[in-house]
Amino acid sequence: MNDQRPVVIIIFIFLVGLVLLTKLFLIQVVDDSFIKKAERNAIQRVVDHPYRGLVYDRTGKLLVYNNPIFDLMLVPKEFQVGDTTRFLEIFDITKEQLIESYTAARKYSYVKPSPLIKQISTTDFARIQDYLIDYPGLFIMTRAVRSYPLPIASHAMGYIGEINAGQLERDTAKYYVQGDYVGLSGMERFYEKELRGKKGVKYKMVNVRGVDKGSFKDGEYDTASVAGSNITSTIHLELQRYGEMLMNGKRGSVVAIEPKTGEILAMISAPYYDPNSLTGADFSKNYRALNGDESKPLFNRPIMATYPPGSIFKIVQSLIGLQDGILTPETTFACNKSLVACHNHPSPSDLFGAIRNSCNPYFHQAYRQIINREISSNTFEDTKIGLNDWREKVLKFGLGSPLGVDMTNEKGGSIPSSKLYDKVYGEGHWKYSTIYSLSIGQGEMLVTPLQMANLAAIFANKGYYFTPHLVKSIEGDPNQIPVQYRTKHSVGIDAHHFDLIQNAMAEALYGTANRAVIQDLVIAGKTGTAQNPHGEDHSVFVAFAPKDNPTIAIAVYVENAGWGGRAAASTASLMIEKYIRGEISRPALQEYVLAGNFIY
Amino acid sequence: MKETDIHIERVDWITVLVYFALVIIGWFNIYAAVYDGQAEKSIFDFSINSGKQLVWIGTAIGLIIVIMAADYRLYENLSIILYLIFLALLVVTPFLGKEVNGQILSVGFGDFRIQPGEFAKFATALALAKFMERPTFDLSKTKYQVQAFAVLLFPVVLILLQPDTGTAMVYFSLLVMFYREGLPQSYFVLGFGFIALTLMALGIENNFYLALGIAAVIAILIFLGKRSWQKILVFSLIGIALIAYTYSLDFVVSKLPEHQRNRIMVLFNPDIDPLGVGWNVTQSKIAIGSGGFSGKGYLEGTQTKFDFVPEQHTDFIFCTLGEEFGWIGSLVVIALFVTLLYRLVIMAERQKTRFSRIYGYCALSILLFHFMINIAMTIGLFPVVGIPLPFFSYGGSSLWSFTILLFIFIKMDSSRAMQLGRIS
Repeated sequence: MNDQRPVVIIIFIFLVGLVLLTKLFLIQVVDDSFIKKAERNAIQRVVDHPYRGLVYDRTGKLLVYNNPIFDLMLVPKEFQVGDTTRFLEIFDITKEQLIESYTAARKYSYVKPSPLIKQISTTDFARIQDYLIDYPGLFIMTRAVRSYPLPIASHAMGYIGEINAGQLERDTAKYYVQGDYVGLSGMERFYEKELRGKKGVKYKMVNVRGVDKGSFKDGEYDTASVAGSNITSTIHLELQRYGEMLMNGKRGSVVAIEPKTGEILAMISAPYYDPNSLTGADFSKNYRALNGDESKPLFNRPIMATYPPGSIFKIVQSLIGLQDGILTPETTFACNKSLVACHNHPSPSDLFGAIRNSCNPYFHQAYRQIINREISSNTFEDTKIGLNDWREKVLKFGLGSPLGVDMTNEKGGSIPSSKLYDKVYGEGHWKYSTIYSLSIGQGEMLVTPLQMANLAAIFANKGYYFTPHLVKSIEGDPNQIPVQYRTKHSVGIDAHHFDLIQNAMAEALYGTANRAVIQDLVIAGKTGTAQNPHGEDHSVFVAFAPKDNPTIAIAVYVENAGWGGRAAASTASLMIEKYIRGEISRPALQEYVLAGNFIY
Repeated sequence: MKETDIHIERVDWITVLVYFALVIIGWFNIYAAVYDGQAEKSIFDFSINSGKQLVWIGTAIGLIIVIMAADYRLYENLSIILYLIFLALLVVTPFLGKEVNGQILSVGFGDFRIQPGEFAKFATALALAKFMERPTFDLSKTKYQVQAFAVLLFPVVLILLQPDTGTAMVYFSLLVMFYREGLPQSYFVLGFGFIALTLMALGIENNFYLALGIAAVIAILIFLGKRSWQKILVFSLIGIALIAYTYSLDFVVSKLPEHQRNRIMVLFNPDIDPLGVGWNVTQSKIAIGSGGFSGKGYLEGTQTKFDFVPEQHTDFIFCTLGEEFGWIGSLVVIALFVTLLYRLVIMAERQKTRFSRIYGYCALSILLFHFMINIAMTIGLFPVVGIPLPFFSYGGSSLWSFTILLFIFIKMDSSRAMQLGRIS
């Protein structure tokens, strides 16, 4: 009976071998998905993040650099916490944080690393480094964040942060992935492509814990990363720092431009913030705090705040009048206070005197002639034609629309056209008496501090400007900066008309802004007061210097500081002295500005 | 010439050659499993497992010489004593042993440790052979069935206490030997039927269809042949019991310790939790599957070398082979095992005493079970059970116990000419 049983057993043995070999054939030869899975396991595509380009000031001093930060990674499978209290103490986290991070890591993967503590500073890293050996399943991953040797120029430089969903969507070249850092504002954003460099890819063999086990096929498929371009900014570090010191505790803007090139020497938005607060671990927390701050420290006033240009606009009116032949240096008008209010000064005055004394009735009358040229017999129609022609000429001064500075979110301000008044008053229902406020830079007219600084540069250059910009050279090559910053813009006014203007501005300093006068350094300047319906007027001053060979043009806005001759003129004068002389000869004036009591 | 001399000419050299082929291929694979291209350690380096395995292989050869030199009657005479000694060791292991991963498997001092559970296999085989060799012993009779199972059950219970389910399961492989020795065929039919039912109950979501199937089978059985009230009653009760069993399984499974429950569930759905419970099987299949037809080449494997497969040098050693030598390598090793097992059947059948035939089948059963289950688990055909691949897996206890198990039988076989007239 048992005779056939050994045969059954032998058949069973062969059957087992056959079943095993069949199954092996299926997974080894027929199904090739395991090959890909194995590659995904052991061959890691490691993106080699290039170093972001550094930023230097125009004198070669470092403004922005990269700082390594450290993420503490955790592999749940190997992790042993041991004495919890000691662990929490060493790594300086709460029990809740530990539990939360561990749970998240466990959920993501049991065997692959997840971050336990993100963005540990160099100091903390040095402290915990020695303890790491006691904790299996913990290791350090290094990354770089932006860092700033001096806490200045935060608005101009901008900041970087994790790419958001919208940017990812717009990235049609698919360069970025979730979690990448990109420039989110300022220069960092505008020059993102230059600064970021080019990512490289390395194929590494890794073990189950992600530990490097050498390169795959000796790096045959690897591509090297290309470091980002270093950028030399037009910013003058010392001037920027000094300006921020002067503006400390105030609200307003300072923009200084090198007239001949359009290079921005300093750009201060007050109140400002420490750029180092928007890097590293506390980015989100600090950003929320800054964003919620009532004084709006993130608001980039030089390019985003708009004010009526005020008296300074009288110079633009003068130039248009001169160019159109409506005004000559000899043209006189009486200071007729029934037209518009004025202060007491000799009357009637010629153009020079009108600028020096900032005579409101003079420009009321001059502007009427610029607008109403009797092209049409209908006074309404004539005003309309005149306004639109005039507007075209004003726009050429870089007013009324964004200049195109190399920063994002620049506002353009506004210069009104006939459409605005048609809309408000109805077509044919407005004439010169409706719009005369424009003659003295008030009314329906808004400009940014940057545009005003550019205006000062135009006065200094006698009729042309380069679009203001923040970058002097890329990788040391000035020809790599965008072409629009190397293109000269003419404002359509003959150069000789500026002589009278420059002289009047230089002279005006003694009349309206005595404090701004510097021994042996001729400053041409003009005060202004931007009317503020919500409180004290804003103090405004534009200037350039030295008058005969200008190297700096500047616009200063100090909000709620009243008349332009005090806060703004004093600040501008100190900035000019600092830039040209390198030192301050008037400590009393500096004290006056720092103290900040301008209303009296 | 003395009787105890080694009969070189009667040794089954094919078996010995296959044994050494497996041991050496295994050794090379152990080196591949621990190989680290950056560390540049030689296969002979005693600080890594391949070096240590070489020591185990050397000592195993010493064991072989001792086994072959000893009198063949020694094993028969010592069988009961050895069985009792290892039972005693199994009893004390939980108290004196060293705990690793919640199991206490080994006893000994310092680095010298043995796992009584491994060695108890050949001791049990010897004891069973001794116990069953009586001419009156008839496995078709319930009395003897109970006795034989009792010999088996003692070590199983003790090993389950360690707890080492995998090793305990190995003892049930001796059913193959029982089958050869006349355990009624119906037991196996019922047994396989029951296992199939269990697997279906676990695998099928809705037990209702299974219950319908059982009812249908019972109904057919009732209407076949003579019908009587007693028969209908008995069959109906059996049917109800089976249906109750399928429904209770889900409950029983839910009460199992988590690691055992997961091992069962992963078999039915390996993708349940590929990073957690399914990790071993998933990674093992990836390693073997990525080997392709001819493999990645020796020491070129990435999955086993870089620790993606856990226990790669012990229970999952087959992964290294599958990855680096592909299907061809798997074919060679499986062919070697099949040859060895086939050879053991042939050898067992030519024995002249019932004692050595039973022992031969015991060795065959144990090796067959290890071979079948170990490879099946690495390719996801069987739940993960922690048992080594004979002669292949790293580890002294495992290599020694399999060597002893096999060579005692080779010794018996080579001395069969002197075992006259004792076979029934």
